Amino acid sequence: MISAGIDIGSKNIKVVILDGKKIIGSAIQTSGENQEKVVDETLALAVEDAKIDRSDIDRIAATGIGRKTFKNADYVITDVTAGGRGIFECNNSVRTGIEVGAEESKAIRVNQAGKVTDSAVNEKCAAGSGSFVESMARALGINVKLFAELALSSDATIPMNAQCAVFAESEVVSLIAQNTSQKDISKAVHDSIASRVSSMARRVKLEPKIAIFGGLAYNPGFVSAFKKNLEIEEIFIPEKPLFVDALGAALLAQEKTVED
Amino acid sequence: MIANYGYMDGSGEYYITIDTDKCVECEGKMCVTACPKALFERVTDDYDDDVVKIADSKVKDIRYQCMECKSPGHPVLPCIAACTPMALKHSW
Repeated sequence: MISAGIDIGSKNIKVVILDGKKIIGSAIQTSGENQEKVVDETLALAVEDAKIDRSDIDRIAATGIGRKTFKNADYVITDVTAGGRGIFECNNSVRTGIEVGAEESKAIRVNQAGKVTDSAVNEKCAAGSGSFVESMARALGINVKLFAELALSSDATIPMNAQCAVFAESEVVSLIAQNTSQKDISKAVHDSIASRVSSMARRVKLEPKIAIFGGLAYNPGFVSAFKKNLEIEEIFIPEKPLFVDALGAALLAQEKTVED
Repeated sequence: MIANYGYMDGSGEYYITIDTDKCVECEGKMCVTACPKALFERVTDDYDDDVVKIADSKVKDIRYQCMECKSPGHPVLPCIAACTPMALKHSW
């Protein structure tokens, strides 16, 4: 059976196409203003990547914040369930998955069967999300990749007292005015995000193995700060952290079909 | 599943926790009608269980939605009192 999982996120739209459990195609595009059009385009790109015809897809599952806007889905699945199923497929010894996306973070605990047993989401506070890193990098006038790497070269501990992304930005501006180095500011920002995500993650009973996925999994500054905050040595990062929810949705589309 | 609905911000953590393994056993789902702010909605979840969740439109301001019931003079929250399987908890 061929299935497609579409993750309609606030920043990116991701599509994974599976033939059985094998990934045969994938695509990602920025969400943009006309989300419906971008979803169709991203699906078409994934179909092209899979070298199949659109009509070859037996089932489509939609997930992500915009999941209800996609009218052609056979199944609509919450991002918690899709994320849990996806990360378990990436590594079946993972019991806790932490997803940090552009606008929200979530913690998902799964059992030995990959079923979600505990979850917490924070979609209100931007200070614990990927967009915060982008806005802080912008304040420093450097690109996000460099900003993330700079944090690794600093040993400084500068507490950021602001509890809100908006106020934190003015705190960063003050640090710039005090001639604080870019690497120390970067570390302070990443420590601050890690602290927020960790306290949300602790709402679920953190059980190893712990995995990080979503956009911030690509950020070495955040991963290092997060590990330090949770006092863990090892953390699993899937090969394609942005596609975990789409993968989970595609798998669940097949599994639900079998149930039906 | 232990589902935490809500958020944390600079002022604290505001989560309503629903133990869906207990919730699924309850036929009446009386919390849905007990809440004066209509915070709860009855849904079939991704595992095809008939459970209650916090409405998406209200997740981001549950602190303010619950304020009236948490004010002095309301010793027991109506949702907690109505939840016979004791599946509900508030974090604040």
